[in-house]
Amino acid sequence: MTTMALTASLLDLVAIALFILGLHFLNAPPTARFGNRLAAVGMFIAIVIALVQTMGLGWWAIAIGIILGGAIGVIAAVRVKMTAMPQMVALYNGAGGGAAATIGVVEYYVALQDATALDPIVSVSLVLSMIIGSISLAGSIIAFLKLQEVMTGRPITYPGQQVVNALILVVIVALGAWFIASAGSLPPGAFLGLLAAALVLGVLFVLPIGGADMPVVISLLNSFTGLAVAITGFELDNVLLIICGALVGASGTILTVDMSKAMNRPLTNVLFGAFGAAGGTETAAAGGGPQNVRSVNADDVAIMLAYANKVMFVPGYGMAVAQAQHSVKALADQLENRGVHVFYAIHPVAGRMPGHMNVLLAEANVPYEELLDLDAANAEFPTTDVALVIGANDVTNPAARSVKSSPIYGMPILDVDKAGNVIVLKRSMRSGFAGIDNPLYEMPNTAMLFGDAKASVDALTAAVKAL
Amino acid sequence: MTDVSHLITLLTVFMLAVFVGFEVISKVPTTLHTPLMSATNAIHGIVIVGAIVVTATLFNAGGNHVAATILAILAVTLGAINVFGGFAVTERMLQMFRRKESK
Repeated sequence: MTTMALTASLLDLVAIALFILGLHFLNAPPTARFGNRLAAVGMFIAIVIALVQTMGLGWWAIAIGIILGGAIGVIAAVRVKMTAMPQMVALYNGAGGGAAATIGVVEYYVALQDATALDPIVSVSLVLSMIIGSISLAGSIIAFLKLQEVMTGRPITYPGQQVVNALILVVIVALGAWFIASAGSLPPGAFLGLLAAALVLGVLFVLPIGGADMPVVISLLNSFTGLAVAITGFELDNVLLIICGALVGASGTILTVDMSKAMNRPLTNVLFGAFGAAGGTETAAAGGGPQNVRSVNADDVAIMLAYANKVMFVPGYGMAVAQAQHSVKALADQLENRGVHVFYAIHPVAGRMPGHMNVLLAEANVPYEELLDLDAANAEFPTTDVALVIGANDVTNPAARSVKSSPIYGMPILDVDKAGNVIVLKRSMRSGFAGIDNPLYEMPNTAMLFGDAKASVDALTAAVKAL
Repeated sequence: MTDVSHLITLLTVFMLAVFVGFEVISKVPTTLHTPLMSATNAIHGIVIVGAIVVTATLFNAGGNHVAATILAILAVTLGAINVFGGFAVTERMLQMFRRKESK
């Protein structure tokens, strides 16, 4: 080993330590920013080492890629609205998966042109990283299109969906096996077929998954890209890629499992259940939807809030859609000035990605100590005077506790119905994303404040101020 | 150069990294789920190192692989979007998280 190679390996080791320490410091809000910077320093070291080691070979080509990609990435990161964060994360994730897949294509192409047979380890890892990376790329793009509402967020289903997916999987396995058996000398047509099949599978796999299940899908795609990168590490015999990919694959898996647990549904059900579609038909059979609801106006609610001791905000995706987080914070400030204790109850799957509500409220300067997780919030509801539900629906549905026939039965929910008064801010009586009736709306201690979430909260703030 | 013992070493590294990943991540509170996901997302941007190595190898081979070189530049670009965008967006999110101001 030359001195330079040795130095490079040792510095890579430093980079790996920085990644792991960085993730460790992301465990707590006060140190999280430091953790992210540590990881960024690790990444900087790793990239510089790679550039030095390649000794300027193709420096202009590499520079084009880094400058172009870096500019796109940073400009998008600075410009993106906080409400659009889920689709942004999906896109960055897709880029990583796409890079892993592209590396596989390049390696195949070069081996084909030079008529070299690939080492078995290389051919296996090449084909696996290309397949998984392509699925991640295509799946992330569909997730982006759904979250950006370019296409419907509802599940897209058609008869024989599982059969079609299974057939595509069979094609992928067959072509992949051929690739490995031929030591990478697959005819270009078959190779492109394999690439296309993997991309199509990525598209078809995300299509039937509804918007409310996006927190699961985004963390799963993240772990897919991690895995693809780790396997690319085997392909290129690069320990740095193996370790980083494995770290991300593991963390993505943990989040995916956490999100599934928070919905009390096995992962397979999220992926293959097409949740919203099934729930919708059941509701139609049950007939109508809730009718005996009590509607109130902003002035009544303002009095209730102003003279309460403890108020709990319960935000959901509706708050994100209405961009109401700043209005919510303004109302909370008004109430706190009057001595009201204000908290926020955050369900793990509220919104479209893990921790979505926390980020939006942080943007509005809500201190994170006021954000309560599921257990902490549920301990507070019995002593809460007013629970204000803003654009959340299924995560507050008491049917999940009691109605065995409900599609969400068993899902851990926020027990808002245990609060003294429940005010639900809602646009109309249309049922929620999953199409399930919410008995909460018919309870005697519940009242509905109809209208756009942001307009309603602003009206409440004005009314409280006027008291 | 199928070197089985080398493969075993790489698999060992992979497995240990998976366990470290599980250990380090499993205590992250809900509040930080988005920044965590976004930071790990940036970390898998390490794939850019692979893309850089592959690009340089192509030039080392004499530069007669034009199509492959264009694809390699694409891979570097995608990796750079992932790395720079990922870290920048995480930083932006985390700078919003703040404690309650003492009154």
